[in-house]
Amino acid sequence: MENPIEFEQIFNAKIAKGEFIEPKDWMPEKYRKTLIRQISQHAHSEIIGMQPEGNFITRAPSLRRKAVLLAKVQDEAGHGLYLYSACETLGITRDELNEQLHTGKAKYSSIFNYPTLTWADMGAIGWLVDGAAIINQVMLQRASFGPYSRAMVRICKEESFHQRQGYEIMCVLAKGTAEQKALAQDALNRWWWPSIMMFGPPDSESKNSADSTRWKIKRETNDELRQKFIDRTVGQADFIGLVLPDKDLKWNEARGHYDYGQIDWAEFNSVIAGNGACNKQRLAHHIKAQEDGLWVRAAANAYARKKAEKEKNMLVA
Amino acid sequence: MTKIDTQFPLWEVFIQAKSGTPHKHAGSVHAADKEMALQNARDTYSRRSEGTNIWVVPAEFITASSPEDQGAFFEPSNDKPYRHPTFYIIPDGVKFI
Repeated sequence: MENPIEFEQIFNAKIAKGEFIEPKDWMPEKYRKTLIRQISQHAHSEIIGMQPEGNFITRAPSLRRKAVLLAKVQDEAGHGLYLYSACETLGITRDELNEQLHTGKAKYSSIFNYPTLTWADMGAIGWLVDGAAIINQVMLQRASFGPYSRAMVRICKEESFHQRQGYEIMCVLAKGTAEQKALAQDALNRWWWPSIMMFGPPDSESKNSADSTRWKIKRETNDELRQKFIDRTVGQADFIGLVLPDKDLKWNEARGHYDYGQIDWAEFNSVIAGNGACNKQRLAHHIKAQEDGLWVRAAANAYARKKAEKEKNMLVA
Repeated sequence: MTKIDTQFPLWEVFIQAKSGTPHKHAGSVHAADKEMALQNARDTYSRRSEGTNIWVVPAEFITASSPEDQGAFFEPSNDKPYRHPTFYIIPDGVKFI
């Protein structure tokens, strides 16, 4: 079986039958590249996504909220690690992945370039940002690359707590004083549009979608996922008396979906291009954490080497 | 940034969900030594009591069969249906067999 055409036929047949592709299987170079781009972007998003919420750990309003927020941010770290681990099976090292992030070759979700201004933002992020992420991740559980799919199954099991704790924060604020309710509404106003942008450009302009769909990495389009999220969220906002900041939002009986207003894609593109409020700060913090940790990793390596030598000498003696 | 790989060797993680069940592959972690590998594996793959026991194995020590040879490698068992109980003809009405 030396013939590459034969390899490709086997690969295509597996995809067609809905089988999974495993790391050592033959795969088209473009499939590998697409996966590295997508999985690393996803992993970086989890890790960079720790910053906006980490910002509030010391200022959580109660011990309960603090314990919850700590656990949530720790989960984001865990999710980043599952995804790096899946990505590394494609033959790229963690150092290379970090370097791509630092040079801007790899992206992370542009939502994390928005600042977290008040405690209500912790509610809005959990409810909306994690809510939007769940819609995407549920679909990705069936992605054709085995390690990616398995990481997603694990992540989806944990993610529901993230959304519920956020919605709970919003519920409490919305039922609180006028000032607390205003905080919740303000957070919703600022996070709503960036959240629905998270699904990516409209299908008519999405340049990565065709291959991803053909290879069954993605099984639903950006617009389909976005619609699903909006349809689910409208009722949740109504229930706690908050108003989604979109005057064009209304139920369309014929479509069986909510219609929604024009998304400001110029803003989306501008934030991706580096002009968001926090782009520089987020990357600078990540680079600093990597550099500051360098001596710790060097010390751990030296200790491991020394201990291994000691154990070897004891065996000889 | 330095160019050397500073992220420690790779370890594969296997978790036993509860006693009596086999260990199952969970993913991988980077760690300088086996103690760190165990702790990282616990923090990464068992934040919600997912396991009663964890194995960590340096990834370099795992030998895997090659997917390209899958056919030939597993072929010897394909033509031995007599290894399955359904191969044997037992008269109707015989019980407990």
